[in-house]
Amino acid sequence: MSTPIQMTPPQPSKKPIPEVQKEDAMWLQKEMINANYHDLATAHDHGRKICATFVPGNLNELMMCFNFARSLPETNQLQNGMRKKSGKFIMDAERDGHSEDVCTYVKSDLGMMLNGETGPTGEPMPKPDLLLLSYTGCFTFMKWFELIRQKYDCETVMLHTPYQGDGKISQSMRDYVIKQIKQTVIPTLERVSGIKFDIDRLRQYMKESAKAEDDLVKILQSAKNRPSPIDGYFGAVYYIGPIFTAFRGTPEATQFYDRLRKEIDQRVRDKKGPITPEGELTEEKYRLIVEGPPNWTSFRDFWKMFADEGAVVVASTYAKVGGVYDFGFRHDPDHPLESLADYCLGVYTNLNFPQRIDMICRYMDEYQADGLLINSIKSCNSFSAGQLLMLREVEKRTGKPAAFIESDLVDPRYFSAANIKNRLESYFQMIKQKRSAAAAAAMH
Amino acid sequence: MAPTLKQIVGRCEALFEDLHFDAVKQWKAAVPGRKAIGYMPVYVPREIVHAAGMLPVGIFGGGDQLEVIQGDAYYQSYICRIPRSTLEMGLTGRLDCMDGMLFPSICDVIRNLSGMWQVLFKDKYVRYIDVPQNYLDSVGGEFYIHEMQVLRDDLGRLAGKPVTDDALRASIAVYNDNRRAVQDLYTYRARKPWQAPTSEVYLVIRAGMVLPPEEHTQLVRDYIAAVDLEKRAKRDNARVVLTGSFCEQPPLGLIKSIEMSGCYVVDDDFGLVMRWLLDDVPVTDNPLLELSKAFLHRSNQQASKYDDKKEDKGRLLVQSVKTYSAEGVIFAAPSFCDPALLERPMLQDVLAKHKIPYTAFKFAENTGQMAPIREQAGTFADSIKLWSAA
Repeated sequence: MSTPIQMTPPQPSKKPIPEVQKEDAMWLQKEMINANYHDLATAHDHGRKICATFVPGNLNELMMCFNFARSLPETNQLQNGMRKKSGKFIMDAERDGHSEDVCTYVKSDLGMMLNGETGPTGEPMPKPDLLLLSYTGCFTFMKWFELIRQKYDCETVMLHTPYQGDGKISQSMRDYVIKQIKQTVIPTLERVSGIKFDIDRLRQYMKESAKAEDDLVKILQSAKNRPSPIDGYFGAVYYIGPIFTAFRGTPEATQFYDRLRKEIDQRVRDKKGPITPEGELTEEKYRLIVEGPPNWTSFRDFWKMFADEGAVVVASTYAKVGGVYDFGFRHDPDHPLESLADYCLGVYTNLNFPQRIDMICRYMDEYQADGLLINSIKSCNSFSAGQLLMLREVEKRTGKPAAFIESDLVDPRYFSAANIKNRLESYFQMIKQKRSAAAAAAMH
Repeated sequence: MAPTLKQIVGRCEALFEDLHFDAVKQWKAAVPGRKAIGYMPVYVPREIVHAAGMLPVGIFGGGDQLEVIQGDAYYQSYICRIPRSTLEMGLTGRLDCMDGMLFPSICDVIRNLSGMWQVLFKDKYVRYIDVPQNYLDSVGGEFYIHEMQVLRDDLGRLAGKPVTDDALRASIAVYNDNRRAVQDLYTYRARKPWQAPTSEVYLVIRAGMVLPPEEHTQLVRDYIAAVDLEKRAKRDNARVVLTGSFCEQPPLGLIKSIEMSGCYVVDDDFGLVMRWLLDDVPVTDNPLLELSKAFLHRSNQQASKYDDKKEDKGRLLVQSVKTYSAEGVIFAAPSFCDPALLERPMLQDVLAKHKIPYTAFKFAENTGQMAPIREQAGTFADSIKLWSAA
């Protein structure tokens, strides 16, 4: 006779969860993002229209010229992911007929709408009045807005950004984007908003954009210092938040980046490491470049795996997904439409594969990184397809070790903490061994 | 003497199974200096390649006969199979006979493959073919004409002589003829699907991926003539349109399984490059302008192409159901195919509104287990027959 086993129900841990630590600017960033959700929730009450558009290639300054409240669907879903809401949304969308194989941002967005159009902060998320389909660097964007249009009957305007297949922006590509802005995008924005386009207003916003962009570059490049005062991946998520979303071109963004840069400058002077959710990183053991977006559902745990090992990400490609500014591009008020076109054409995911590899190799050198880590995202073929070749090429060209982990954006089913932790630990050991071998070789 | 049906189908089958592209090698060897340019699904303006004196060759993956070893080392488990098998063919030398490769803008995976090809095959001509998602002649049209002009100039350099307007006009005429023949074949199959089963029609289409268009046109016409002489039994099958297989192709066994389960496929999107443009391209003074207009205003609908208006979604699919008197639609999409799988719920919604029954499954080009598909397609066919009886 078998003895019944007494099952003890899982007890909540008695260990108190440490309070999350953030830089002052990180708190400010959170306030800004929340304020934008409030803006969206109340836009219709104030007679304003809502425009949804994607982060890469977003025309934020242009949308502001027409007083649109701006909604960024990827940001909405990453916020849902961080708040542990996306898992249910995704499953609801799958039950509604969407394939398990496709992008979880899309399914989380559709699931959110199925669940009553409430945004990540709990405030209402009204249906957009216009979908500005900035089709830049991600094929899925096109289907995403077609799906929303199909279900919710939103007006949609396409802005097709051609891909840099040859690794350069031709005049024909630029002209194509400008013509679309002039002939289809602006007339639609005018019609939906009822406001006439004012190019001087656009120029004014662009002046603000360029100031914030200057500061953003200085902030991200501060990671060239030893120790790095920032984390260029996990921390950078907070830094890029305002400028990649609804705030580029606003005085608030300019002030935010000015304040953030001053904070970071002080950290450089004090030779301080980055602030992680667990506190300041006091010993920088590994300097990494990361390719690919983060996982959002376990963002804090994911970051902790790095911080616990003394690993700092000194540069990441994800921090360029809403604009590559560190090689000189700035929004230019003297050439507003041209620079909007160049901005769209130049975002990271619109670069071809050799360009992406070159960029990573350059980061490896300029940031004196120990290696490359690729976080391959199941949902994102734009980033992920071909990353294993990228890994080989970067290793070949730099002689530095590279590693590969897999997760997803907002689907908690695809984050395996134990697996990722194991791989990271092995990777750090590999870097250590390589260092020892290099030191031994230098001795002889 | 006209070839027999057995000879035609046998030839097509041999071309289909030849993953070393011997037919291409033979074509090149026949005249020194000839060049071949590979292209992936869904659409490239083959007229330009042809006008440069080169052979456009459709690279439609490795099918179920190719063991993918090296190709798998470049892709995560959640990426579809066609880029793996295509890389496998490239890395094992099977595509050495291609002097260049064209990668159309169908999805992020194929887009990225174009860059991978640049890294891995540095001595080959590689071009990403961007097509406009804006359909105004003065906007998307001008951009597309420029893209085609770049391809024309590049191929002219590769050929050692410019691609003339006359050559382009001649090629447009050749492809108009081919398109008409292919359309005749589709019309014939829809009229008599028991005479021209899709498992044969598919092979005839695939032959056109490696044969010169003039030769393929003749082959299509020969097939129609030969198959019409056959006496084949007409069955009480359900007439279905098959959609979603515009890029990675199902194994031939899967097509046969669908037919064996009681379905007549009366329209499909296999080898869509041949039917992408919906009618003749006028042969005029400005060939690139005509190719552009045909693309912008008279081309097929498919998931990688933006539908300007909500009401356009699924328009041609519904039209196909009506034109070919289909009784239902089978969605057969490759696993992890973003375009097909994201498009599917929208098309299903449109079909539901038109009260057109549908069923859906996924496959990979090397799918080996046909029993579940046969069962699903058979149940679908039975349900159609039951409904129509009611």
